Amino acid sequence: MIKYTKTHEWINVEGSKGTIGISDFAQKELGDIVFVEAPVVGDQVKAGTQMGTVESVKAVSELNCPASGKVVEVNGDLANSPQFVNEDPTGKGWIIRIEISNPAELDALMDDAAYQKYVAEHAH
Amino acid sequence: METLKRTPLFEEHRKCGGKIVPFAGWEMPVQYSGLIDEHITVRTKAGLFDVSHMGEIWVKGKDALKLVQKVSSNDATKLAYGQIHYAGLLTEKGTFVDDMLVHKIEDNFYLLVVNASNVDKDFAFIKKNAEGMEVNVVNKSDEIAQIAIQGPLSVEIMPQFVKGADIAALKYYWFTYGEVLGEKCLIARTGYTGEDGFEVYLSPAKAPELWNALLEKGTPMGLKPAGLGARDTLRLEACMTLYGNDIDDTTTTLEADLGWITKLDKPDDFNGKAILLEQKAKGVSKKLVAFELLEAGIPRHEMACFHEGAKVGHVTSGTMAPFVKKALGMAYLPIGLCEAGKEFHVDIRGKMVKAKVVPKPFYKRPKK
Repeated sequence: MIKYTKTHEWINVEGSKGTIGISDFAQKELGDIVFVEAPVVGDQVKAGTQMGTVESVKAVSELNCPASGKVVEVNGDLANSPQFVNEDPTGKGWIIRIEISNPAELDALMDDAAYQKYVAEHAH
Repeated sequence: METLKRTPLFEEHRKCGGKIVPFAGWEMPVQYSGLIDEHITVRTKAGLFDVSHMGEIWVKGKDALKLVQKVSSNDATKLAYGQIHYAGLLTEKGTFVDDMLVHKIEDNFYLLVVNASNVDKDFAFIKKNAEGMEVNVVNKSDEIAQIAIQGPLSVEIMPQFVKGADIAALKYYWFTYGEVLGEKCLIARTGYTGEDGFEVYLSPAKAPELWNALLEKGTPMGLKPAGLGARDTLRLEACMTLYGNDIDDTTTTLEADLGWITKLDKPDDFNGKAILLEQKAKGVSKKLVAFELLEAGIPRHEMACFHEGAKVGHVTSGTMAPFVKKALGMAYLPIGLCEAGKEFHVDIRGKMVKAKVVPKPFYKRPKK
């Protein structure tokens, strides 16, 4: 089950774990991504708060956390290949994986259909 | 709300897939195929830029040279016909109203090319400085479009479109007139990318035809349209200053490390001369330096610089440079920290990231 935030992050929930990244819309808006700063394994992250940054050549974008939990894995490939976020934002461009602490928070997020509609309305 | 202006190439940008953003009062393409791709294309092949937003000011009449000498940091008496130089447009404090390219067209006729964001301010400033002189200052910006072709293949593409002038033989920072698609145009061997290339000044009506003709001829060779995003990273790799970032009316030409365009010994009096002479004699207290980060992160405009726990300056421009592939920038630092090899820290959103002063520029095009 994949869900989205209004700030264009996605979380793919599998059991108690959630994989997090930024949406295809977000990577297109940012342009060539050259640096991703994310929490490290063991960090506690909180839903709706900033947990890192995604930087393109021109711009810095906040990376917000879709759900609360503990970071269990980070995508180490992004250190040398941040362009993965452009090339495959929901695949090899994933950013972190967390152990979800409060699954009820996920109800506030948008499903794919709702997010696509949201993007269409906000992208003029 | 301010209405944004469009260049004569606006529809062409749309057709080329350009992403349009507001810039200096204009709707301009920030990128087409992607900033990094466009940047690398300019370094290795050639890129096509719409720079029609730039301002063109004519200074014409008996006192034209006198006026240019008064407001410019450089020495226009050294210019031959058809020659161009870079200069600061100076306040009375020796700081920048703007930076500009001065073209000597005739004895009593100079063309000043200035930044889009400053055209109205510059025009008013130059007119004010012209009081009591026999000279006409004319803002020609709306009547002139400008297309820049930049990169090593420019010299193979552009000359094919010019009749009556051998622009391939034109020296860097010289211009000539030639016939382009049936129209007499000014063609300069200048640019803002650190590459070889040409800047063509033509009528707005003719601009779309030339843009499309250049793309048609150049695309098979690797030419691509390039936007403002790549223009900014290209100029930064070449350590070319940007007004509003690296220079403004609080920084002098000497502080900006532009001593080479500050001709203190020129025959005429000029704006800020006394202050610049004093600064030269005493030495500047801060200077614009080039630096690279030694740790992960990307420096950005206005981030603070620290040394031994104290704030000592700020980043004026910074990016992850696409061709040299380094996180780098320029910053004003106290003179004691300006030597290459000196280390300091950049405050990146609360994190102190180690940086090192390096020689300018970050990138220099290979000599042929």
